[in-house]
Amino acid sequence: MQTYYSPEDLSKFPTIGEGAPELWKKFSEWYGAVFAEGALTEREKALIALAVAHAVQCPYCIDAYTQTCLEKGSNKEQMTEAVHVAAAIRGGASLAHGVQMKNVIEKISM
Amino acid sequence: MQLKPFDKTIAGNNLYPLTSTGINTLQVNVGRLCNQACKHCHVEAGQNRKEVMSKETMELCLGILKNTEIPTVDITGGAPEMNPNFIWFVEECVKLGRHLMVRSNLTILTEPGYERIPGFFAENQVEVIASLPYYIEQNTDSQRGKGVFQKSISALKKLNALGYGDGGSGLIMNLVFNPGGAFLPPSQKALEADYKREMQKRHGISFNNLFTITNLPVGRFLVYLNSSGNFEMYMGKLVASYNPSAATSVMCRNILSVGWDGTLYDCDFNQMLGLSVNHGAPTHLKEFDLSSLSNRQIITGIHCYGCAAGAGSSCGGATT
Repeated sequence: MQTYYSPEDLSKFPTIGEGAPELWKKFSEWYGAVFAEGALTEREKALIALAVAHAVQCPYCIDAYTQTCLEKGSNKEQMTEAVHVAAAIRGGASLAHGVQMKNVIEKISM
Repeated sequence: MQLKPFDKTIAGNNLYPLTSTGINTLQVNVGRLCNQACKHCHVEAGQNRKEVMSKETMELCLGILKNTEIPTVDITGGAPEMNPNFIWFVEECVKLGRHLMVRSNLTILTEPGYERIPGFFAENQVEVIASLPYYIEQNTDSQRGKGVFQKSISALKKLNALGYGDGGSGLIMNLVFNPGGAFLPPSQKALEADYKREMQKRHGISFNNLFTITNLPVGRFLVYLNSSGNFEMYMGKLVASYNPSAATSVMCRNILSVGWDGTLYDCDFNQMLGLSVNHGAPTHLKEFDLSSLSNRQIITGIHCYGCAAGAGSSCGGATT
């Protein structure tokens, strides 16, 4: 079946570099540095990435960072809580924009 | 799926032919009999297995220890405690003054008839290598069987009460983690810190070191990989994670593995694949020759990528 997303495409990600190799090189180096151990551990960064992957709803990222989280020693409880954080921020952001709605109502109502 | 032969990969790092660097551990698999049947077990051990090392074969092992200076004996299984001559064999190894390690599944120590084993380990200064794939019950039981976690905790508490794992007693108890699926183990150092914190907080248990071990595509784990459709992905991951430094430090270079019937292997995985020592070195305890075995060429296969992936993997955990 034809789909927009295919698991095999994840391994083709580096081919994006073919069109702009210098930019890809810079991206790859920066990406690697971002996920290296720093003030945050690699495991903490992977959990953040997993949460963001759900927030941006990228199936490639969800696949990759689910595996990465397990390989960094996180468990299902911790990973599920990370997804809830993403969901809470998404849900909270929608709800917080309700203030905009209220502002408009107040502005145009008698 | 076409995988690059392991020998070709290591040739790129001038490691071919992979050879022994000398035998510092005699790893004796005293049988495939076990009270558990873990989903990942490369031995495919279980209660119905009949392959159990005889006293005569154990005597051959002891003869080799007497005639060599191999410093460490690593007893594995199955559940080695279930071998009817286990206690005698341990005592004889101790008499020879060798450092002795026993790989225990822990739950056997809670079974009727085995109650004295923890005390026996302590009396003989046996280093206990205990399997505990995670500090959470659900993760452990899904891999090792329902109820395993609680029994394991009970056994660990017994060992702690004897002084195992407290740092000052000299009684060493190391735990073994292996992933609960088709993924690589985490950093040993980072996970050890998590284990130490969580095992103390949740269960009041202490231990010396954590060994992280990669699941190799052998035995029940291979069956799982194939039946779950994960074989290609997992092998691709192992090959992509090839680490020349880990390949240099693979454990087969300094151990010799003995099967239940006295056949010699480069490692316990080769043992389960039926790949005995070769390239002219003797293949059975009866023809043991330290010189030729200490310089033997190792038999490799695609499963070897498991020991050379990432931080490396061995019976003593990560190798880099």
